[in-house]
Amino acid sequence: MLVIDNLKAEIEGKKILKGISLQVKEGEVHAIMGPNGSGKSTLAAVLAGREFVEVTEGTVTYMGKDLLEMPAEDRSRAGIFLGFQYPIEIPGVSMVNFMKTAVNEHRKYKGLEPLSASDFLKLMREKKELVEIDSKLANRSVNEGFSGGEKKKNEIFQMAMLEPRLAILDETDSGLDIDALRIVANGVNKLKRPDNSAIIITHYQRLLDYIVPDVVHVLYDGKIVKTAGKELALELEEKGYEWIRKEVDES
Amino acid sequence: MSSKEERSERYLNFYKENIKRISESSSPFINSFRESAIAKFSQLGIPTRKNESYRYTNLDTFFNHDFKNYFMPSEEDFIKAEEFRCDVTDLDAHGVVLLNGFYPVIDDKLRELPGGIWIGSMNEASVKFADKVEKHYGKYVNGNSDGLVHLNTAMASDGVFIWVPEGVVLKKPIQIVNLVQSDEDIFNQHRNLIVVEKNADITLIICDHTLSPQKFLTNAVTEVFVGENAHFDIMRVQNEHNNAAKITHTFIHQERNSCASSNNITLHGGLVRNSTHHYLGGEGAECNSYGLYLADKFQHVDNFVNVDHAFPNCTSNQLFKGVLDDMATGAFNGRIYVHKDAQGTMAYQKNNNILLTDDAKMDTKPQLEIYADDVKCSHGATVGQLDDNALFYLRSRGIEKRQARLMLMFGFAHEVIQNIKVEALQERMDNLVMQRLKGELSRCASCMVKCG
Repeated sequence: MLVIDNLKAEIEGKKILKGISLQVKEGEVHAIMGPNGSGKSTLAAVLAGREFVEVTEGTVTYMGKDLLEMPAEDRSRAGIFLGFQYPIEIPGVSMVNFMKTAVNEHRKYKGLEPLSASDFLKLMREKKELVEIDSKLANRSVNEGFSGGEKKKNEIFQMAMLEPRLAILDETDSGLDIDALRIVANGVNKLKRPDNSAIIITHYQRLLDYIVPDVVHVLYDGKIVKTAGKELALELEEKGYEWIRKEVDES
Repeated sequence: MSSKEERSERYLNFYKENIKRISESSSPFINSFRESAIAKFSQLGIPTRKNESYRYTNLDTFFNHDFKNYFMPSEEDFIKAEEFRCDVTDLDAHGVVLLNGFYPVIDDKLRELPGGIWIGSMNEASVKFADKVEKHYGKYVNGNSDGLVHLNTAMASDGVFIWVPEGVVLKKPIQIVNLVQSDEDIFNQHRNLIVVEKNADITLIICDHTLSPQKFLTNAVTEVFVGENAHFDIMRVQNEHNNAAKITHTFIHQERNSCASSNNITLHGGLVRNSTHHYLGGEGAECNSYGLYLADKFQHVDNFVNVDHAFPNCTSNQLFKGVLDDMATGAFNGRIYVHKDAQGTMAYQKNNNILLTDDAKMDTKPQLEIYADDVKCSHGATVGQLDDNALFYLRSRGIEKRQARLMLMFGFAHEVIQNIKVEALQERMDNLVMQRLKGELSRCASCMVKCG
């Protein structure tokens, strides 16, 4: 589904990603872990199409297409979803209007008619229940005045509405209390299908108690320095990132 | 001769040429103001940029032009103007159409609305309701140092008079549609007086339109009295062409525990200058002053607000927002004056602007003068671009860039629109703003009235 090959990227001339290679197959859940500043969020930004990150080398192929050539909106329509680490507040734009526009853009891309108002509201209701989001939140402006937990739940709600093929969750667990974490993780698990995949970017292991990854990668200084099964996450939790640093520095 | 004198000279001559005809259709009471007002005007002149409150607005292109004066439009003209109907589908309003500043000759000059409210021609009212007019007319502009206000007092043709008796609540809004239509370039000045007595409550909508492409200059003054515990909402929607200048002066005098809101929505216009003066003249009064301006090409929109906290425990709130495109320029000047005895004052002010190009320009100036010590005041102004992070957030959900920009601008503008209490009107304004932002709404395309 997603093939990243020797990806190098920089922000304002500062090299952040220094040659990342990674393959995500249909149905797989990958976790990317690593200390702060290792390049996790930059990787997510490159995949979602943020323009301030400059790709200097390497390729990213998504379902056979050159992902780096696609504008952000096309990536979304083609099934990529980025769950933001810091969701943006947009005063004056209602959640309903936001989601209606997004869903219909996705439908247009697939050659489908826009949803009728009643079908759309029905869809909203279903998905709200699925991710246990307070229905009042949907009547407000996008993320405006939402608590940290509400914002993250709202990301999962949007993900439920857009049904992505590849979800990239950028530190969705940061700043969440245990209840919110459980709700977010449940949402992700409920949305899991055999044909969709996820990349879970996280600093901590605790989210992986709820969302079990198939593969765990450790990103350090812009490179993937270790790849293994889910047991790697537990090892990291126990030992911290220090031993990774040592290993890398020694080699 | 300096240009200041030249310009004033032009209007002094204008006065001499027209005053006889203007006076003939007005009452002696209104005429009694004219001579001293023109004397005052000749001292003050047309404001220049040296005048602090006009620092960012250049009136020259309009005031250095030869306009014809307004003659009372004929019956035919009024019938033609009447064809412009309000198309706010769910808005049920008591409507009045003013043509070139004149009250229609085809209607009754004064008409009674439910609850004993009177609405009609200013000239007519000054005769029939002399006591009511004499109690208020010219009182709330008193002491103003703007030459244009005095020019209006000197030459005002006609306008709308509204009187709302004590305790009367009018559910339907009153809508005044100001139309300008002529074969010649004209300068018109009308004068409105609105008296909302104790415990009464009305909503007024004023719509400004141009119907022919000539060069127009309007200099309008509205005086409002809001009695004790009364509620008054005034909303102005401006949609004129690029060759029109609209200068409005609104003076709202409030008694104790009253509440007044004004909302200036400028969708289109060559040069627009709205000055809104709120005088909180009794304890516990509250006022809200809102404004939204969307400008492009070479348009210029200037909002000047003056809130006068003269009594203790009053609250005022200002929110003005603007989106400027192309070479458009804007100005905001928000003054809060808290008198020495006005303890317990709460006064807030916010002005946010989005510039869509490098050539668009905005000048914003808060001006707080506080002489009381137990006061809560805040002010904030921003001038910036659309938020890149918000733009990306929308795009990352599949929304195309152009559409995402529109949504952000609309959301920005909606913060002002949401203060409109009449729901049908709020919806209508949302639609108009959306059309305007998409570039689909041009001069008089379909604002409150439809081009017949």
